[in-house]
Amino acid sequence: MPKLKLALYWASSCGGCEIGQLQIGTKLLQLAAVADIVFWPVAIDVKYKDVEAMPDKSIDVCLFNGSIRTSEQEHMAKMLRDKSNVLISYGACACNGGIPGLANFYNRDMIFNRAYIETPSTDNAGKTMPQTSFQSPQGVLTLPEFYETVRSLAQTVDVDYFVPGCPPEERTTWLALEALIEGKLPPKGTVISNNVKAVCDDCPRKKNVKKVKSFYRTFQMVPEPETCLLEQGLICAGIATRGGCGAPCPQANMPCTGCYGAPEGVIDQGAHLLGAVASVIDSTDPDEIKSIIDNISDPAGTFYRYSLPVSLLRRAKIK
Amino acid sequence: MVWEPKIVGFLCNWCSYRGADLAGISRLKFAPNVKVIRVPCSARVEPAFVLKAFQSGADGVIILGCHPGDCHYSEGNYKTMRRVPLLKKMLAQLGIEDDRVALDWVSASEGEKFASVVDAMTEKVRALGPFTSNNAEELEHAKT
Ligand code: FES
Repeated sequence: MPKLKLALYWASSCGGCEIGQLQIGTKLLQLAAVADIVFWPVAIDVKYKDVEAMPDKSIDVCLFNGSIRTSEQEHMAKMLRDKSNVLISYGACACNGGIPGLANFYNRDMIFNRAYIETPSTDNAGKTMPQTSFQSPQGVLTLPEFYETVRSLAQTVDVDYFVPGCPPEERTTWLALEALIEGKLPPKGTVISNNVKAVCDDCPRKKNVKKVKSFYRTFQMVPEPETCLLEQGLICAGIATRGGCGAPCPQANMPCTGCYGAPEGVIDQGAHLLGAVASVIDSTDPDEIKSIIDNISDPAGTFYRYSLPVSLLRRAKIK
Repeated sequence: MVWEPKIVGFLCNWCSYRGADLAGISRLKFAPNVKVIRVPCSARVEPAFVLKAFQSGADGVIILGCHPGDCHYSEGNYKTMRRVPLLKKMLAQLGIEDDRVALDWVSASEGEKFASVVDAMTEKVRALGPFTSNNAEELEHAKT
């Protein structure tokens, strides 16, 4: 059997997905036995023009991580879609927008202002802002366009499979790679994970009746190690997040932050988590309810930490 | 065409829907802007329903249920009472004004209250103007 041609690419992301891919450890050798890597900017020197020169559908599988916020990323997404037989949306950013998707609470002007003018360490008296093209004596210099809104990969091009996580856990990555190597791919559109139920299903903590008088942020308390974190007043997103990760965060005394995205059948992760959090509030008095809610300082950012671009509203409305 | 507020109303079957019915039978005059969706209980209204309404072009959403203590399922409206303020706090961060979402209690005998709640909501939303999400502008960039 000829070796599989594998491409890996990163768009708006942090590089953590590459670490996620390396986490499979010695299984990399198993992968190397059946696949050749034809494009991987983090590790091998293949230029965009080399990819451009590849015939359409000549790449067997492309693992694409990162969300889409610039014209360059959009261009690469489209090119890799054309060149690849199977395009996998790899990691929380590609799948759901991820942490870069939180930029959808703002627009381009606000982001540029913050980054190039307001930040305390910035000295930019001339208020120079990034331009898409600039005439220098040596010729025209160009930069990709920065879009108003961050999008997921599937909001940009047709995607075959989704591998969730920030970054995907080793077991999740291997589940996808194994399916590829063995040629046993699930139906198109599948979110590849070891569990379609919520993280709570993976989580060994004891679950009782949830009644909460006060919410805490992680630095405000040391949780008891065996009881459900939400019951202890920590906003744990496990209840509104796809399992399969094995619940490593709750087992390390940290609440789930939601990186695997919505479980099967849930259309809006943030709204789902909001419903769960509100229902554990232990009060029937509107004033007390208000004061309990007051100590949730950033509900939108907390509930949509990784999924604002794929939520029903996709972004904040800016006046 | 003159713009008229489009408001989605989620009315619980046991009290508020009947209150609305009473307002109709009593031939009360009230704003025709609320499109009623009957739900078994106010607690059936998941936060996603409200977002979906805005995503689908609603300018406002009103949720009406039995008075606290009177829910047909005993505790449902207490859940709603906790959910709506948290939802409003989150919606504010998404740029949706407080007055675009309302929660009130209307019993089966309160036809008059139903009419006045609907009128007040309609005027508040009218004052805010149409809700247009930023999705349109975003889609402009989706050149696929
Ligand atoms: S049945 Fe009316 S609010 Fe629950």
